[in-house]
Amino acid sequence: MAAINKNAIQQIVTIVSNKRVGAYHQILLNVGDIVKNCRPGNFVAINVGGENSRMILRRAFAISRVSENSQYGGTMELIVAPHGSGSKWLCAQAEGTEIDIVAPLGTAFGIPTEPINALLIGGGYGSAPLFGLADVLKNRGCKVDMLLGASIGLKIYAPMEGKRSVNSLKIYTEDGSMGEHGRVTENLLEIVRDRNIDVIYSCGPMAMLSAITALVADTDVIHQCAVEESMACGIGICMTCVLPVRNEDGSTSMLRTCIDGPVMDGATVRWDLVGKVPEVAP
Amino acid sequence: MNLPVDMSTTLGSAWFPTPIFTASGCASSGKELAQFFPLNHIGAVVTKSVMSKPRHGRPTPRMAETPSGMLNSIGLQGPGIDSFLAHDVPWLLNQKSRVIVSIAGETVEEYSTLARKLRSVSGISAVEVNISCPNVENRGLVFACDPDASRRVIDGVRKTIGGEIPIIAKLSPDVTDLPSIARGVVDAGADCLALINTVLGMVINIDSMKPHLGGKTGGLSGPAIKPIAVRAIYQVHAALPKVPILGMGGVASGRDALELILAGASGVSVGTASFGNPNAIIQIQNELRELLAARGFATLQQAIGFAHREEMP
Repeated sequence: MAAINKNAIQQIVTIVSNKRVGAYHQILLNVGDIVKNCRPGNFVAINVGGENSRMILRRAFAISRVSENSQYGGTMELIVAPHGSGSKWLCAQAEGTEIDIVAPLGTAFGIPTEPINALLIGGGYGSAPLFGLADVLKNRGCKVDMLLGASIGLKIYAPMEGKRSVNSLKIYTEDGSMGEHGRVTENLLEIVRDRNIDVIYSCGPMAMLSAITALVADTDVIHQCAVEESMACGIGICMTCVLPVRNEDGSTSMLRTCIDGPVMDGATVRWDLVGKVPEVAP
Repeated sequence: MNLPVDMSTTLGSAWFPTPIFTASGCASSGKELAQFFPLNHIGAVVTKSVMSKPRHGRPTPRMAETPSGMLNSIGLQGPGIDSFLAHDVPWLLNQKSRVIVSIAGETVEEYSTLARKLRSVSGISAVEVNISCPNVENRGLVFACDPDASRRVIDGVRKTIGGEIPIIAKLSPDVTDLPSIARGVVDAGADCLALINTVLGMVINIDSMKPHLGGKTGGLSGPAIKPIAVRAIYQVHAALPKVPILGMGGVASGRDALELILAGASGVSVGTASFGNPNAIIQIQNELRELLAARGFATLQQAIGFAHREEMP
């Protein structure tokens, strides 16, 4: 009925597994029919802390992948870094725990109708939604290459089964403890040229997304990035998660990354204005 | 078995089937929550305070979670009154939602101009005059902390739209003598009072060792401020028992809503609770109905200000 949050529902779901993978937790939720409306790029907002928690806001997590035919029915996988008090609580929950979710939320990565050459770039746990995306792209006949980066090897998330949909995978760490020494942006333009990349799909820290946008600015490459801005509600009512985005007429709007994102066209984001106020409104 | 409770309420001349409303700034213009429940099932949608011109608001970060609450510093981002009246209000009325439009200005004149524009649209239940938003650029512009400026704003709005739809003055708790400010705006023509707006606060990031919010200060909301809301409503209802109050501040359950009603609120807005639970408003409304019935109230009206009964002759 509504145009915003069109497929979102609030539901109590069960944690079917919770495993530590490197620096992260891989959490599997039995979410039933919700999976039917989940697309790569969408996110889930989870109530944390239990009934009498002093944490009153939901936490948003990218949906890593969904499966319709698992032994539990529809399942949703999340890759969570136990970083703040909310994510630490979630990572500490045992199998069988019931949690309150709202999903699916936000925009999804645009999937081409033609088989194209796609480059997927993930920073830290930002790689999580890219493996589900790789499956979808491969099923469309796309060639999928992937670059993953993190500060240290422990923070690279690259599951064995995920690699099956990827033509090539290159890993960078800033300390050199895994893969190549450096950042994912190191040889980006050469890779884009050598592999005839049409579209870059990225997810990770804002500085990485901004750097990728700048590098491909003079090319024909489309850059779809999943941004991360702190949110209170995840459903478009609090207006806290805004990013300055250039409109077609050249003016700038502060768009909500929860409903107009998280997937945005990197070229339209005014990265230079993030954390600032744009010029006076039109 | 409890008999069904008559939940209807009035704010001035405006009638509502239930006393539970959205809170201004916590429901945008309704479209986002419409996915979760029909907007005409609640008392009214109180829209986000709108100003004359489109506004970008403040830089990010705009939010910080605090113990049992949150700070926000949005800076009244919005489409401006013309776009709002052309698109948002007709959409809401089309949903059969009752609409209370919240307006905010930087000058006394701007409030009057906004009120004048509201006259061109029929179907609006009431106007909330947000004179207490602590998020505008200049702390000096918080009308609600200045008794004289508060009165002048309400007087200007009354001259424009008074008698046509109820005028609700939204007040800040960040004042020394709330009842006297309340009395001032009522004398100037406010038909109702909205209590309370957020409480001004600050969070310092201990990594950057600077204020965390882009706007430095922010409005504190959520359960942390509920006792302040109850106190404010109780004090103002005691001073002005005939003036209806739209209560708000940290309401997250039916029990919270009932507290505000017992303190003297004729209606209750739910704000921050919707951030954590998109169905909060409907759940609170259902809980309130049961709590009233369990206490033997046949009507909501009987419960309004019931906590004051010992002081009454």
